Parts: sequence; structure tokens; C-alpha cells
Amino acid sequence: MILNLIPLLPEIFLCICAMGLLIVGVSFGNESTKVVSWFSALAVFITLVIVLLTPSGNNVLSLNGFFKLDVYASIFKAIILIGAIFSIALSVRYLILQGIARFEYPILILLSVVGMMIMVSANNLLSLYVGLELQSLALYVLAAFNRNSLRSSEAGVKYFVLGALSSGLLLFGISLVYGFTGSIDFAVLDKSLWAAESVNFGVIFGLVFILSGLAFKVSAVPFHMWTPDVYQGAPASVTAFFAMVPKVAAIGLLMRLLFEPFGALMEQWEQIVYFLSAASMIVGAFAALAQENIKRMLAYSSIGNMGYALMGVVAGNEYGVAAVILYIFIYMMMTAGVFAVVLTMRRHEHQLEKISDLSGLSKNSPWLAYCMAILMFSLAGIPPFAGFFGKLSVFAATVDAGYYFLAILGVLTSVIGAFYYLRIIKVMFFDEAEDSYDPVFPMARKVVLTISILFVVCFALKPGIIYVITETAAESLF
Amino acid sequence: MVEFSLLSIMTFLPLAGALIILMIRGDEGTVARNSKYMALYTSLFTLAFAVYMVIKFNPNFVGFQFVEHSGWLYGVGVNYHMGVDGISVLFILLSAFLTPICILASWSSIKTRVKEFMVAFLVLETFMIGTFCALDAILFYVFFEGVLIPMFLIIGVWGGVRRVYASYKFFLFTLLGSVLMLVAMLTLYAQAGTTDIPSLMMNPIAPDLQKWLWIAFFASFAVKMPMWPVHTWLPDAHVEAPTAGSVILAGVLLKMGGYGFLRFSLPLFPDATAFFADFVFWLSVIAIIYTSLVALVQTDMKKLIAYSSVAHMGYVTLGIFTATVEGIEGAIYQMISHGLISGALFLCVGVVYDRLHTREIARYGGIVKNMPKYATVFMIFMLGSVGLPGTSGFVGEFLVLLAAFKVDTLIAVLAASGLVLGATYMLVLYRKVVFGPTEHSDAASMSDLNKREFFLLVPLAALVIYFGFYPKAITSIIEPSVQNLVAQYEQNLSRPLEPGLPDINNKGYLP
Repeated sequence: MILNLIPLLPEIFLCICAMGLLIVGVSFGNESTKVVSWFSALAVFITLVIVLLTPSGNNVLSLNGFFKLDVYASIFKAIILIGAIFSIALSVRYLILQGIARFEYPILILLSVVGMMIMVSANNLLSLYVGLELQSLALYVLAAFNRNSLRSSEAGVKYFVLGALSSGLLLFGISLVYGFTGSIDFAVLDKSLWAAESVNFGVIFGLVFILSGLAFKVSAVPFHMWTPDVYQGAPASVTAFFAMVPKVAAIGLLMRLLFEPFGALMEQWEQIVYFLSAASMIVGAFAALAQENIKRMLAYSSIGNMGYALMGVVAGNEYGVAAVILYIFIYMMMTAGVFAVVLTMRRHEHQLEKISDLSGLSKNSPWLAYCMAILMFSLAGIPPFAGFFGKLSVFAATVDAGYYFLAILGVLTSVIGAFYYLRIIKVMFFDEAEDSYDPVFPMARKVVLTISILFVVCFALKPGIIYVITETAAESLF
Repeated sequence: MVEFSLLSIMTFLPLAGALIILMIRGDEGTVARNSKYMALYTSLFTLAFAVYMVIKFNPNFVGFQFVEHSGWLYGVGVNYHMGVDGISVLFILLSAFLTPICILASWSSIKTRVKEFMVAFLVLETFMIGTFCALDAILFYVFFEGVLIPMFLIIGVWGGVRRVYASYKFFLFTLLGSVLMLVAMLTLYAQAGTTDIPSLMMNPIAPDLQKWLWIAFFASFAVKMPMWPVHTWLPDAHVEAPTAGSVILAGVLLKMGGYGFLRFSLPLFPDATAFFADFVFWLSVIAIIYTSLVALVQTDMKKLIAYSSVAHMGYVTLGIFTATVEGIEGAIYQMISHGLISGALFLCVGVVYDRLHTREIARYGGIVKNMPKYATVFMIFMLGSVGLPGTSGFVGEFLVLLAAFKVDTLIAVLAASGLVLGATYMLVLYRKVVFGPTEHSDAASMSDLNKREFFLLVPLAALVIYFGFYPKAITSIIEPSVQNLVAQYEQNLSRPLEPGLPDINNKGYLP
């Protein structure tokens, strides 16, 4: 077997960059954080270019079938890399102002991105696990990055303990599946499960464990408990990264796993995902109502949004998968903008986190308030903003597949969701103004916010190309 | 070339104006003045386009005119499809007509964040016109829902004391109804493979499914109308909204519900419409009588007019669901006339509110002495609201009652009794505010209409009287389309749906 490393080129490149930048960081110390950050962003951008240039049309396998490159993986990698660029761009100034500018930060992001890229390309239960752990370990450290802050350390430990538990569940599930089918290769699993005359109980048992582990990573209810605490405790720029990127990878992995090796068990896993989706939407909507902390609120909002994304998985067909990709991409773009605003909430040298701290923003910095209002309407799924089209797609796929109850539940929870998104607009526009924020608004943040807003507003004008891309990606999975 | 994309130009011209206003820089006074003029000119241009469209419109051609069609959401098969027929054309004119009036009405009463107000209003106009032009269900939904955003801000930012409560209630009530409609639209899409309204009309839907879909669409339009018992957001929204917001809310936004019934419920779900017609009749009658009684005891002028709106909308739903030519024509006539009259009544309230800053009826009285012009204009609209012959209010209600008598005498009698109640509360309001003893010196010293207010109200009054004496101005435009709608409806009602199912005709299917 000849080692074909071309499909792995982006991952290898990013790995080498991370190592190289680590050496730079170690040599020059924390003063080099800024340089290392921008070079990391550049490295991610070059990786993005490589991903887009690597031919992925004909499902190339590599490393003895451990690794698979298809259009689906490439699209997910592109989304992950875009998200990573945004997160790095958002974090530089924040880290400096918070006094936690250490050069490990961008390198940890790079490493976790490598892990995510392996996740969405995994073609084997072991490469899946390796990718997942690479990204998780980097994320645990990131959550506790502000080690002088009690909350941040707590978030890190909490995330680590629960994450290790979920990894254990996942590994146990993998061992069960291996024990009952005798293989860990996706293609072989697929074949043997379709060939089996009756559904093997042990495999289903294993699948349930695997799903639990993955549900933890996408923070679907009832495995969501860590999300609000980690979102609140971690430094805001880390929260931004958490909200944007790892979930994309986890959803990408989840869909590949469910449709490729376990496609034969659709009838079984659909019930599980149905429950995860419904419960996430309900908990996400109701729990967010009571939050006073904007990071916590966004945590519940992300739980709810994962519920909507999972609806598309329940639909169980190409349309569903395409809808999920579209949804998650739009969600990521919106979240980037939201965090650009949240990171700007600083007054008298203190980072602010309370929703009430936004009050009167429309007086002090009207453009920021307009942007935030647009993003909130979009998150609430109000047309003509991009968020509506994401929801439209997943609802359309769900209704098309005949899951009317789930669709109705989805629209009802989105009305409840609208309530807490409106609350932010209310605070910004209707409430009395407080002191204005510290006038820190770095260029990079401005650019991220502008891209996000332009995307959200202009999506309705020319949505065609994105639909075509997501559909091509979905087709390659089937 | 103008005809080619007339509807798009008309729809997006206000949006372009809004973008230009956003770019205006300078000190506060300059920005406010420039954005007011910019908004006014933009809306007047839009009005000019709308008038041009109505002139060019050929009433005798029953299909859609000025049609535009291009791909949009490729993946989902949703197209950008715009067009007008006799049913929608006048609503577009109404929207384009009321917007400049609203902008003029807020000329001096909006003092804070003038720029943002004008932007919100122009964006609102885009969505309103778009709603009436859209010929694709999803496109319709985008415009229909988009209206919520500027209206939420108009009520919430420039509203009265309880504005936060009112804006939330408005937003969430309407959203709740609409999202159910969205699911129904997606179901239609899953069934028929298209969301194109003209294609959907060709596509028969199984009667059982029709009922579910009808209910979902009804949830949305009934809230928007609003029908009893989901009308409770309206009085709150009206009371708290600034004058211009109330005018546009009563004038155009409520009509979206009625328009939705005509565009979706009747043509797409004829069997369900026939099945639920009695249910709607009773809701309408309850709305007419109950809200009239509630209006009688109001002490707040805006609230009184808001409740009267619910009652008037009751006639509209009654007329639509008789599914007869007279009934539907009457309903459309009533909607247009109500748009003018209630809009004007809110303007009249705004005039005195600007002077005394209260809407309490008891704080006024005897103002006919110091405000004779105001009293005259107010009287015309008050009588129009009552439905006096010679005003536009009469024609619509008359046609609706005519149709109702044919369908169900009891319903018609009850609905007609609402006219008496309507006369009572309007006359009481007028007497208490305009006549009666002068009890408050500040009310007695209010100045009469200034030039701007006068020129705002006079065209409305002229139209109310003109349409009262010359109904043909409206009916000649809408009649062919309405006849076509009713013919289609009756034909679809008896259409055999699937082999093996009995023919469903009007008589057999009604309970």
C-alpha cells in the first residue's frame, strides 16, 4: 500500500505551522503573542486555500482507510477554518487587554483545528477518536486559559472531567461495536450492518454510547450541563471559539457517522436524535429566558440552535444534511458577529458580561447597536436575515420527511427564543443609556463584524451559490 | 423598460431611500431635517410609481400583471415571483398613499432619533408593498414577517409609557401565528413541490389535509386581522404606538390578514374554507358585537378606535367567507375604506394629542369652539366609521351585509346590529370630545389645525367622500379579479379530488 499523503496535506501543513510557531513562541516568550497569533491566522488561511485546492471530488482514502477526503469533508473543513480565522482575529486584542496574552493560545487553537479536521475526515472509529481527543484536549486547556481566574479554572476542570467521561462512553461504545461486528472501518461496518438479517442488539447498545459521547460534544440535551458554566467561566474569546467552531466539527462527525457506517440503523438512531433535538430546543428556549449573563444566554441559545440543526439530521436524507450544513454555517457567521460585539463590552477597563450592561447602546454607539439588533433578529429567525433561511431549510427538510410534530415544536420554541433575543434589542434600544464603553474597537474585530453583518443581510439577495455548495456536500455523503 | 420591473422598483425604492438616510452625516438638526425630506421624497416617488401602476393596470385581465420571475433559492425551488391582480393592486396603492402621510404626521411629533424613525418607516414600506406583490408563498412570508422588525422598533422606541409590553405582545402574538403558517407552507411545498402561488392554485389538495393547512394559515391571518379572541395585542399596540405607527398599523398591517385569506385560504383550500365558514362567521359576529360593546366603555381615544377596528375587521372576515362576489368585494372595499378612515381617525387623535399630551376622552370637551376646522374633518371620518351613506364606510358594510343575508339571515341580523353599536360609540366619542361643555381651559385654548395637518387630513376626507359617492372607482378595478376568484373557488369546491372519494359540493359538505 503506497502512502498517499496528498489528501492529508492541509492537516500536515497546519501541524507543521503549529509546531513552528510553538518554537517561535518558546524562543521569544509572551511578547511574541501578537505575532504568533497573526501568523496562526495566516497559517489557517493558507490551509483553507489548500483545502479548497485539493481535489476532493472522488472520495480519496488515505492511511489504509483511516482517512477519507470527500466534498463533504472539504466543505466542513472550510467552515471550520473560516471559524478559526474569525476566532483568532477576535481574540488578539482581548487577550492583551485581559492580561492573558500568552503565545500558547493561538497554537492551542491550531491544534484543536487539526483535530477537528481529522474528525470530519475520519473513516474509521479509531481515527474518529484520535481527532476528537486532539481537539478536546486543546479545548480543555483553552477553557482554563485565564488560570488566575477562579471561574476560568473551574470551567476548565469541569469541562475536562465531563469531557473525559464522555470520551470514556464513546470509547466504550466503540469497543462494543467492534466486539459485535469485528470491524472499526466505516465501509466494512456499513456493509456488514446492511447485510445483517436482523438488527444486532449489541451494536445498537454501542451506538447509543457513541451517540451519548457525541451529544456531549455538540452539547445536546441531556448532555448539555457543562455548556453554560464553561461558556460563562472561560475567557470571552475562548467562548467565542467554543460557540463557533467545535460544534461544526462535532455535527460533521455525527452526520458522517450516522449516515455512513450506521446508515442501516437509521430507524434506531432516528429516535435518539429526535429526542436530543426536541429536548435541546425546549431546554435551550426556556432556560435562556432566565439568564442575566450574556455568555450564559448565548450558551443556552447555542444548545437550542444545536437542537434545530439536529432536526435536519432526523430528517435522514440529503435535504436534511444539506440543511444542517447551511444552518450550522449561518449560525457560525452570526455567532462571529455577536461575539465581536460581546468582546467590545468593556467599561472602565473591565470586561462586562451582564445583559443589562448593553443598556442604551443605541445612544452611545448606534452602529454597534444596529449590528447587534440585526444579529439578534437573525438569530431569532426573522426574515429577511440569513438566520431565517437556515431555519427554513431545516424545517423544510423535517416537514418533507414527515416529522410534523418536530417541526411544529421547532417553530414554537423559536417563538420563545425570539423573546430572549428581543430582550437584548429591548435593552439596547428601549432602556436608558449608561456610560459608553471604552473606545477599544480594533480593526480585526471591525472586519469580522462587517463580514458577519454583510453575510446576514445580503444572504437573501444571492443565496443560490451557498445552497449549491451545501447540496453538493450532502450528496457526497450518500 | 419601466414596466419590466415596476414592482421591484416600487418595493425596493423605499429601502434604497432608507440606505441613503443611514449615510446622512452632520449635526443632529441637519440630520433630522435631511432625513425627513429624504423619506418624504422617497415615499412620494413610490406613490408616483404606485399611481402609475394603477393607471397602467388592466382591470379586465384576470391573471397577474407586471409579473416578474427569476430564480432565488435554487436549492429549495423557491423563486422570486412578483405580480399583482385586482385584489392586491389597491392595497399597494393604499400602502404607498399612507406612508407619506405618516411621514408628514410625524414631522414634528417625533423629536428623538428622527433618522432612525424614517429608516424604520421606509423599511416598513418596502415590506408592506412586497407582501402585496409577492406571488411565492415563501417570498410572501419573508415580507409578511419582515414587517415585524420595523414595527417592533417603531412601537418600542418611539412609543408611550407601556411601550415595551406592547411591542413584545405585538411581536410575539404575530410571530406565533406566522410560524404555524410557515409549517403549513412547507407542508404545501412537500406535497406539491412548489411554493409558487399560481401553480399551487392549480394543485388540488386532499380535503383532510386542507383542514389542517387552513387552520395553520388561519392562525397567522386571524392574529394579524385581528379576529376575536386573538385581538388583544391590537389595543395595546395602538395605544402605545406613535401616531404614525397607529396609522400604518390600522391602515395597512391589519389588511395583510384579509389579503392573506383572499390569496391563500380561499383559492388553495376551498373545501376547508367551506367547512370552516360557519366558524368564521360566528367569530366575526362575536368580534363585531363584543368589541363594539368594549369600545363603548373606553376612556382612551386610541383604545376606542382600536376596538372599533376589530369590529370593522369582523365585517371583512364575514364578507370574505361568504365566498360570494358581493361579500368579497365588500370586504375589500371595507378594508380600503377602513384603511383611510381609521388611519385618519388616528391622525385626528394625534392632532389633539400633540397639543395636550393626553388621550383621555374626559380631558377634552367643547373643542368645536376653538377648533372648528378640526371638528369638521373629524366629523367626516367619524361618520365614515359609522358607515353613513355617502361615505366609503357605507359601501363596504352594505355589500358585506347583502352577501351575509344570502348565506345566513341570523348572522346578517346580528352583524347588522353591530352597526347600531358602532354608531353609538363613535357618536358618544365625538360628542364628548368635540361638543359638550368646556371643562378644561387647556383644551379650550388649543389652536386649530395648522397647514400641515390640514393638508394631511383633507385628501383623506376627500377620498372617503369620493369613494362613498362613486364606488365604481374601486369596484371596477377589483370586480373581474373577484369574479374570477369566486368562480375558481366554486369550481374547485366541486372538483373531484381522488377517484373513490365522493364529490364534495357546497351543500353536502357544510355541517
